[in-house]
Amino acid sequence: MTELTELTVAAIRTGVAGGDFTAVEVAEAFNANVAAASQLNAFIVATPEKAVEAAQAVDAKRAKGQDLGKMGGVPIGMKDLFATNGVQTTAASHMLEGFVPQYESTVSQKLWDAGAGMLGKLNLDQFAMGSSNETSYFGNVISPWRRKDGGNADLAPGGSSGGSSSAVAARLCPAATGTDTGGSIRQPAAFTGISGIKPTYGRCSRWGVVAFASSLDQAGPMARDVTDCAIMLEAMAGFDPKDSTSLNLPVPEWEAGLNPDMKGKKVGIPREYRMDGMDPEILKSWDDGIAWLKDAGAEVVDISLPHTKYALPAYYIIAPAEASSNLARYDGVRYGLRDLPEGAGLQDMYAATRADGFGPEVKRRIMIGTYVLSAGFYDAYYNQAQKVRALIARDFEQAWSQCDVILAPTCPSAAFALGDKTSDPLSMYLNDVFAVPASLAGLPAMSVPAGLNSEGLPLGLQIIGKAFDEQGVLNAGLAIEQRAGFTAKPEAWWK
Amino acid sequence: MSVDKATVAKIASLARIRMDDAACDAMVPELNQILGWVEQLGEVDVTGVEPMTAVIPNTLRLRDDVVDADPLTGGGVRDKVLANAPAPEHGFFGVPKVIE
Repeated sequence: MTELTELTVAAIRTGVAGGDFTAVEVAEAFNANVAAASQLNAFIVATPEKAVEAAQAVDAKRAKGQDLGKMGGVPIGMKDLFATNGVQTTAASHMLEGFVPQYESTVSQKLWDAGAGMLGKLNLDQFAMGSSNETSYFGNVISPWRRKDGGNADLAPGGSSGGSSSAVAARLCPAATGTDTGGSIRQPAAFTGISGIKPTYGRCSRWGVVAFASSLDQAGPMARDVTDCAIMLEAMAGFDPKDSTSLNLPVPEWEAGLNPDMKGKKVGIPREYRMDGMDPEILKSWDDGIAWLKDAGAEVVDISLPHTKYALPAYYIIAPAEASSNLARYDGVRYGLRDLPEGAGLQDMYAATRADGFGPEVKRRIMIGTYVLSAGFYDAYYNQAQKVRALIARDFEQAWSQCDVILAPTCPSAAFALGDKTSDPLSMYLNDVFAVPASLAGLPAMSVPAGLNSEGLPLGLQIIGKAFDEQGVLNAGLAIEQRAGFTAKPEAWWK
Repeated sequence: MSVDKATVAKIASLARIRMDDAACDAMVPELNQILGWVEQLGEVDVTGVEPMTAVIPNTLRLRDDVVDADPLTGGGVRDKVLANAPAPEHGFFGVPKVIE
């Protein structure tokens, strides 16, 4: 019998529709893998009963000859940043421990409507702030990958969607939701040898997603291949009147539109992404990607994105500024943690609650955000950063006169060991140097596996596209995927 | 620009995060490292550049000006609103006494 947990979203959907196996069998197979992988700490809460319940509904529909939906019979992992009705939603924080939403996020509801079921809520960096999944209140997520040097160092699955990347790579779920504010889908996907796409800002509704930096936050799928990402993105995207920045555009048929033929397409190679002291193995994978896209028929052109070097510092003003404002809602009054010291007044309650409920990285960002927005500093920091952001977006606009998509590495390195960068926030931030520019410009961008480095760890390639052109990004991703032939998977040491 | 301990304490107070002396001391070098690094934005010539306000051009919609235009975000859901409150009382959010 087929090993069900090795199947992709597309294969599960086809197999369930064709009666090769039932949706319940699929759900139970993945439930078993989730239960056996507690060492990875990818899930904050597992919901095996939800997965089975959704699968039973799909099997019943099939018995009646009804349409099973785009994700019919596919169980998925849900990043614990999406509000799920009746199921604890924490953003991996102590602040929201025990918080049980009374409503469902738009994106998760769309997935359930498309026939998907929920295996559980996935761990992440606290309030999505982090690049290694070491800021979660519920403990580190461990990557299923290990270096082939025989050492057993626990590696970072990336962040903030580290539970999602770890779970998909370890075959605990065929696909998972992620969110990307400054690389939080692409960097974890690259670290774990899977695919993930952040669509154009506004494609996926932010309603019911715990807010970090609202002008940057975008949801997207993480899965084992490009086709699965196209399928799942179609199910997640769409106009939502409940999100004021939702794009009122029809959802394209990305899956049907997949085409790896790059003839007539121009691929831009940004010279500013080639930085001093870059890892030669990263450069080699980039060169491989260039060769693969040429082989697919593309013309490769050198381009310039002159303000690249300023993207990361601009991001680390804008994102904390928005976070300090968004996270002001956690005051111990309406929901979440309340810490009321004996005899304390309202102000003391706020301060005690927030001191207890937020972890060190969240506090650091709230402090930076509060500072750059405070009287006397707003113009020097925040306004300057928003002007630089406009210039970064303009760089991309100008590049589109020369190319259709941009190819770059996803990250400056392969996965690092847990604990390697926790003592230096700045070196952790630098991980997102290649991911952040597309976030600041709101552009669709994806990471696909390119191969393994000499340590046996996955490397990712990033494709950045024009606004609304997810199709162009997915197609270039598919062209790379077909040529990279990435089939490596981690050994199941955790079972 | 750099911050000192008094400034950190001021920011913590603005951010409503209780922070003792040791925590403020620890935060000073961390914030200064990050602020020193973002300082490089000052090099960029932004003459004539407007700060970005919307990343993707979009128009802000207005809902109909009627009660419960959208039932999902409208009223009539008091119990749901209070379901996660740490101290709900008589259909309200309970807070410590704020006036003498």
